[in-house]
Amino acid sequence: MNTARTTATAARVLRQLRHDPRSIALMLLVPVLMLTLLRFVFDGDAHTFDNIGASLLGIFPLITMFLVTSIATLRERTSGTLERLLAMPLGKGDLIAGYALAFGAVAVVQSVLATGLALWLLGLDVTGSPWLLLLVALLDALLGTALGLFVSAFAASEFQAVQFMPAVIFPQLLLCGLFAARDTMHPVLEGLSDVLPMSYAVDGMTQVLTHTDMTADFVRDAVIVAACALLVLALGAATLRRRTP
Amino acid sequence: MMNNPPAVAVHAHGLTVRRGTGRTPRTVLDSLDFDVPRGRITGLLGPSGCGKSTLMRAVVATQAHVTGTLDVLGRPAGHPELRSRIGYVTQAPSVYDDLTVRQNLDYFAAVLDPGRAAADRRRAAVDRAITDVDLTSRAGALAGNLSGGQRSRVSLAVALLGTPELLVLDEPTVGLDPVLRRDLWNLFHDIAATRGATILVSSHVMDEAERCHDLLLMREGRILAQDTPDALRTRTDTTTVEEGFLRLVDEAGAAARETQETQAR
Repeated sequence: MNTARTTATAARVLRQLRHDPRSIALMLLVPVLMLTLLRFVFDGDAHTFDNIGASLLGIFPLITMFLVTSIATLRERTSGTLERLLAMPLGKGDLIAGYALAFGAVAVVQSVLATGLALWLLGLDVTGSPWLLLLVALLDALLGTALGLFVSAFAASEFQAVQFMPAVIFPQLLLCGLFAARDTMHPVLEGLSDVLPMSYAVDGMTQVLTHTDMTADFVRDAVIVAACALLVLALGAATLRRRTP
Repeated sequence: MMNNPPAVAVHAHGLTVRRGTGRTPRTVLDSLDFDVPRGRITGLLGPSGCGKSTLMRAVVATQAHVTGTLDVLGRPAGHPELRSRIGYVTQAPSVYDDLTVRQNLDYFAAVLDPGRAAADRRRAAVDRAITDVDLTSRAGALAGNLSGGQRSRVSLAVALLGTPELLVLDEPTVGLDPVLRRDLWNLFHDIAATRGATILVSSHVMDEAERCHDLLLMREGRILAQDTPDALRTRTDTTTVEEGFLRLVDEAGAAARETQETQAR
């Protein structure tokens, strides 16, 4: 790993993004608009808004970063720039860390906007510290980046890459406890939800929602999400091959 | 004092590449023996699909399933040390369309020569590469907004960064107008002469062969001939490399038929 190459890669990814203001606007504004929509869908039911709103603060960064990263790395693979970079003295870790750093930075901005809006304008009622919400959101973004990077290896086109979103994210969304408490699911599904990282992302948000302090469960959730992200990043690195058939 | 560098930049013996999965992998390069001399321009010529790109990918070590001996600049191909000593231009321009010409070069320069201390050196290298490919007036334009020829010149400029000892150029002049093609060939000669670089350049246009110092003629995954353009013309008793190539193809075909007939009897 080389820090200078990593930061140069992150700067390059952000520079590419800067030439695409519409994508930036979509990334930053869609979560804000969806939360606002949700607030008024549950206009007469503040408790439900608290529950779902807090979970969504964790889910948005995951989905956005998944989509953005899978397309961005797929482009890198298909445009030949990946082959060129790997023929140069760039470590795979430098490339992956560069992407994670750049999209992590975008995720921070996105989460600050969404969390700030939810807490202070939409009246989301959180018992714990907003910083902890932000921490989980950031870990979720990292997980999204990692998953996106990984699946881009299995997509031959942008068409396929987009289809991976429902395939990878939707089952997690259904099983994460957002629609039904996980312990009320069919035991098989409950077992399945126990091994899916988004379950812990949502649980982490719920912990902050209901507890003033950092609970042991919260720490466990955060560690699991972070570990999953690192594991998938490592798997993603393994899909980057210097030599291709 | 450095040891005398070997006279060959690339040495191949029994170089074989198989592609495709399953039970029947296709042999794309079949037991090639050849040498690319240092400090000269070697043209790799042959019809489309004869394995030129695969050979180049083997040299820059992006090709999998390579067997046989392949030494590049005195190291086995794929040695990490070689990554900063080789400049490689793929057939399709590999640059970021959503970055400007200069931003593209800035990034690749930072990969080759990282760190804040090298910033001045990088800026000089980027300026020189942009001047080399004659894109100074378009340096601030997005690569995606450039014409096809301009984009391939950005791709070439990336390979010129860091003063590589070996330049591997896969059909760099395809789709360029005659003036630009002439300018690029002048640039290649200039780079070989003044920077001492070895250039391995592929083309399927035979008239470009006349501009090379040495030729590797390829057909269907095999080397038909390795010679200088003059020697090739003399040997085949022809006036152009194209005619010489066709004569070699015919001779090879006739020889193959003869062997088949002998075997059939």
